[in-house]
Amino acid sequence: MRIEDHPILGKAERGKRITLNVDGEAVAAFEGENIAAALIASGRRVFRYTAKRMEPRGVFCALGRCTDCVMIVDGQPDVRTCVTPARDGMVIQTQVSRREGEATHDLEKEKD
Amino acid sequence: MEKTEIFVVGGGAAGMAAAIEAARAGAKVTVIDENERPGGQLFKQIHKFFGSGVHRAGTRGMQIGRDLLKEAREAGVKTRLNTVVYGIYPGKRLGLVCGDHTEELTSPIIILATGASENALAFPGWTLPGVMGAGATQTLININRVLPGRQALMVGAGNVGLIVTYQLLQAGGDVAAIVEALPYIGGYGVHASKVRRAGVSILTSHMVLRAEGNESVERAVIAQVDEKWQPVAGTEEVLEVDTICLAVGLSPLAELAWIAGCQFSYLPALGGWVPVHDENMESSLQGIYVAGDLAGIEEASTAMEEGRLAGLSAAEALGYLSHEVAETRKIEVQERLAALRIGSFGDGWAMAKKEFLRARCEK
Amino acid sequence: MKQVGKEEGVRTTGIPSKEELEASPGYPNREALERGPIVVIECVQDIPCNPCEMACPKGAIRIGNPITQLPVFYAERCDGCGRCIPICPGQAIFRVDITYAEDKATVSFPYEFLPMPKKGDMVQGVNRAGKTVCEAEVLRVQKPKKFAHTAVITVTVPKGLSMEVRSIKRNHESPFST
Repeated sequence: MRIEDHPILGKAERGKRITLNVDGEAVAAFEGENIAAALIASGRRVFRYTAKRMEPRGVFCALGRCTDCVMIVDGQPDVRTCVTPARDGMVIQTQVSRREGEATHDLEKEKD
Repeated sequence: MEKTEIFVVGGGAAGMAAAIEAARAGAKVTVIDENERPGGQLFKQIHKFFGSGVHRAGTRGMQIGRDLLKEAREAGVKTRLNTVVYGIYPGKRLGLVCGDHTEELTSPIIILATGASENALAFPGWTLPGVMGAGATQTLININRVLPGRQALMVGAGNVGLIVTYQLLQAGGDVAAIVEALPYIGGYGVHASKVRRAGVSILTSHMVLRAEGNESVERAVIAQVDEKWQPVAGTEEVLEVDTICLAVGLSPLAELAWIAGCQFSYLPALGGWVPVHDENMESSLQGIYVAGDLAGIEEASTAMEEGRLAGLSAAEALGYLSHEVAETRKIEVQERLAALRIGSFGDGWAMAKKEFLRARCEK
Repeated sequence: MKQVGKEEGVRTTGIPSKEELEASPGYPNREALERGPIVVIECVQDIPCNPCEMACPKGAIRIGNPITQLPVFYAERCDGCGRCIPICPGQAIFRVDITYAEDKATVSFPYEFLPMPKKGDMVQGVNRAGKTVCEAEVLRVQKPKKFAHTAVITVTVPKGLSMEVRSIKRNHESPFST
C-alpha cells in the first residue's frame, strides 16, 4: 500500500509511471523507486522460495544486505530487489533456487 | 585527478561528519558508499533529535542529513556512490566493486564508518514474509513511502521499537502491540508515552512465540515470560497481524575492520565486537580510524561527533591542522560527546568507551 | 535511575505515574494552574535534552548543566505562550488553562498524525493511556512553518479532565480498508 500523504513528509513526490512485468502480470511502479517498493505497494509479499524446502521469503532488511528479497530480473538471478531501481518494462520473476550453487529456475518452469 | 588523502568508507552520519571536518581543514577526502545516495540512515529518521542546541536538538534527522550533504559539497568532499568496498589489505589498499568492474585504491588514511546491521530474532515462523527488521520497516515507510502491512506487531521496546511504532502510525498503519521480553521499557519514556497516547499497548515481560501463516505472516502468538524468559503457561495470546517488526538491537558492521586486521574487544553495552580505538577514534592500526555505530552502537548524534573527532584527527595526522588547533577543536567535540553520554541512558556508553581506552593502553 | 512509583511508572507502562509527575520539577502545582494558561512539563527521566530551555522567552524553564537534569519550571514566569510545546523532541510538554470557562478547561498538545483536525471539530479526548475519556472541541490548530510539522492543537475539555486529557484519538481509517 502506498503512503500518499504524510504528516511530516507531506504528499509523495513520485517519478514517471512505469510498468513492470512480474511473473507475467503488469505491476505499476514509478521511476526512481526500487523494485521491492513497487512490489510491496502492489501487495506482493513472497519474492522467492528457498532451495531445499521451498519456503517463501520476502523483504527482511530493505537495505541490500540480507538477500532475502532476491528475484530474477531480466533473466539475471539473485538481484537484490530492495536496492535495484525499477525500470519500465523490466521482466521480474519469483526466484526458486533448487540447491545451493546450482542455477536458479523460474517458478513457472518448476510448476510444469 | 588529485590524489585522495582520506578515503571514508560509509556516507552515513559518522562518515559525512568525518569527511566534512577533514575537508574543511584542507584534506582531499573521498567518501565511498554502496548506496545510490549518501546520508546513510539519517533520511529515514523523521523524528526530532534530542540533545542541546549544539547537537541540533529539536531538528529532524532528515533535515540534519540534508544539511550534512550540503556542508560536504561546500567543503569539497568527493563521493563515489554505488561502490562497495569488499576488503582492506596491507598498505591501506582498498578493494572496490563498482558495477561490473573492480578497482584497487589506496590512501594514507582510511576512516571506516560502516554503521550497523539489525539483529535478527529466531522463533518459529520468523522467516515468513512479513517478518522484517524495524529499520527495514522504517526504510519502507519513510523512504520508499509504502506500508508493509495493515497491522504490525513490534518486538522490542527500545528506542528503535518505540520510534518505528510511532512512525508506522504516522504513515497510516496500525500497530497491535509492542512486546518486550524485559520487565521494563528500554527506550526513552517520552517515546513510550507518545505511542501509549496513540493507543498502542506496551507489553513488558512478553515475547513472540511464533509467527503463523501460509505464505506470509497472518498472525502472531505472544505470551508472558518469567524472569528466566520462559513462556508462562496459559498466557498465550493470538494477535491478528500481517507484519512483525524486529527491534532487538543492532550490531556493528565490522567486517572491513576485521579484514584490515584491527584489534577488537567484546563490549555488550556497545553492541558486541567493536574495533578498539583511542580518543582520536584511531583503531589499533595506525592511519585507520573508526567512527559511528561501527565504533559502538549509540545514536546518530554521537555518531556525528565521533565522525568529527576522526576527521579532525586525520587532518592533524596529515599536517593540515597544528597540534594546538586540533586539540582545541577535539576538546570541544569531546565535551559535546560527554554531554550526550550521561544519565541513566548514556552512562553505559560512557563506561564502555572508557573500557576501550583502558584496553588500548594495556596493549 | 531514581524510580518513583517503581511498579507503575513510565519505565514499566510508558505512562508517568502520578507520583513521578508530582515529584518532577517541571510540574506546576494547583495554585499555579489557577492563575491561567500555563505549561505542564511531563519529563521525568534524565535524558540528555534541553531545547525547551532555549525555546522559552521568559526564562521559565531551566535545565543547566548537565543537560540530563530534569527541567525546573518557574511557573510564575510562564505566560502559557507554548513555544516549548512543538520543540520538545519527546512531545512531553502540554498547556493547560483551567480558567478558560466555568466548567471547561483547555488542553494544548503536540500532534503529528493525519488527518489533521480543524477548528470546530468534535473529537475524542484521550488520556495518557490513549483511552477516550471525553468529547472535546478543537479550539485551535497551530501549524506554522517554524514548528517543523508538529502541530499544536488546543481542545476544550470538562474542567475535571484538564490533567487527564493529553491528546486526541487518531481519526484513522486504514488505507487497506478502502
